[in-house]
Amino acid sequence: MKSLLARHAPLADTAYQLTVLTQAEAEGAHLPSFAHKLQQSGLLPLLPTGLSVMQINVGKMCNQVCKHCHVDAGPDRTEIMTRATMQLCLDALARTDIATVDLTGGAPEMNPDFRWLVEQISALGRDIIVRCNLTIIVANKKYHDLPEFFARHRVRVVSSLPHFSAGRTDAQRGEGVFERSIRALQMLNAVGYGQEGSGLSLDLVYNPAGAFMPGSQAGLEREFKQRLGREYGIVFNNLLTITNLPVSRFLEYLLESGNYEGYMDKLVAAYNPVAAANVMCRSTLSIGWDGQLYDCDFNQMLDLTVASPVQHIRDFDEALLNARAIVINQHCYGCTAGAGSSCGGATT
Amino acid sequence: MSTYYNPADLAKFGNITEWQSEMGNKFFAYYAEVFKDGALTEREKSLIALAVAHAVQCPYCIDAYTSDSLQKGADEAQMMEAVHVAAAIKGGAALVHGVQMMNKAKELSM
Repeated sequence: MKSLLARHAPLADTAYQLTVLTQAEAEGAHLPSFAHKLQQSGLLPLLPTGLSVMQINVGKMCNQVCKHCHVDAGPDRTEIMTRATMQLCLDALARTDIATVDLTGGAPEMNPDFRWLVEQISALGRDIIVRCNLTIIVANKKYHDLPEFFARHRVRVVSSLPHFSAGRTDAQRGEGVFERSIRALQMLNAVGYGQEGSGLSLDLVYNPAGAFMPGSQAGLEREFKQRLGREYGIVFNNLLTITNLPVSRFLEYLLESGNYEGYMDKLVAAYNPVAAANVMCRSTLSIGWDGQLYDCDFNQMLDLTVASPVQHIRDFDEALLNARAIVINQHCYGCTAGAGSSCGGATT
Repeated sequence: MSTYYNPADLAKFGNITEWQSEMGNKFFAYYAEVFKDGALTEREKSLIALAVAHAVQCPYCIDAYTSDSLQKGADEAQMMEAVHVAAAIKGGAALVHGVQMMNKAKELSM
């Protein structure tokens, strides 16, 4: 499987994706506009609540090509953050008291300056999250020491594992991914990750492998802990449930499988005003590989930049950014459905 | 084509309260209580519901509980095993009545 971009698929064009997302509304108000829903909840315009997380997407290069990837990441993607842009992020970070830096990709570890960036953020004394796809740890010898590197910098590792069975995991993330993920989890456990009292946090991320929403986070966490513990001796801290947003390759899957309308109906029916008030974009700033600023990683992949005079990390101004209104569209239903969804899991 | 079953009717299940709100609301309150996490997990209850849906041959229920089982984290193997449990009970229920048939046949035979 290749990325949408490499296949020259129509959905590689973000303007086309936005047309698809807003078409149903235009064609007879079948799907109510997200803005209208927010207005009914008294949340329009959606405003920031204060910046506590800087999420940096260091590039779209990845060793995996997952069917649901909203980044359209893969080995054929070459967009990568330079050290100079990373330095701009660090300069901005140093001028704030933002507590957490969340590193994502692609596989962030494939950026040649990834370890340097982690060391610099660590030196600034901020908490670091790395969104590790697990298989990167066993993909090549040069990544085998990542668990030790993460432990040295007290990185919080957040890793996707869509299911405790090989079949459902491989269906979403590619043949053999489950077996390699298990090996990587065992390597992380071996250096202390997920072990009680180690202070090394290992969270797993559950994305539904199909056109349905995640079930209860607490219930799934229990199941995952029981199955992974019993069958593979794996321990971890929390399971974070994330709803798939109709963006990029997941949008392609929905359209090609005839599930688009049904999935959107489900999200709209499950709209939860409490989840809407807790969306992650209110406290997060998302930075693209080229330094452009976005409200979240999903807006980033739709090229929806922040509605602010500050558009690039080089011009970072916390007060100005906190005065912006968050850019919304129909995909935002994904973060506000049911128990809510964010990079930190359910929000209610 | 007009059929007795319309998938769109599943979403209208809640409308049954329109013609008898008291009983309908009591049913839905009970229903919600039954499927809460308890001595059985939500996933186990969903798989039981999926098996029963096949036993009672309710297409609405099969639709709803296939989706619900996936949502609760069940995989294909678990779901198919649940269907086999329903099949075994249905098959067994037919066969065990064979004893009645045998009893009657013996009673009537020389």
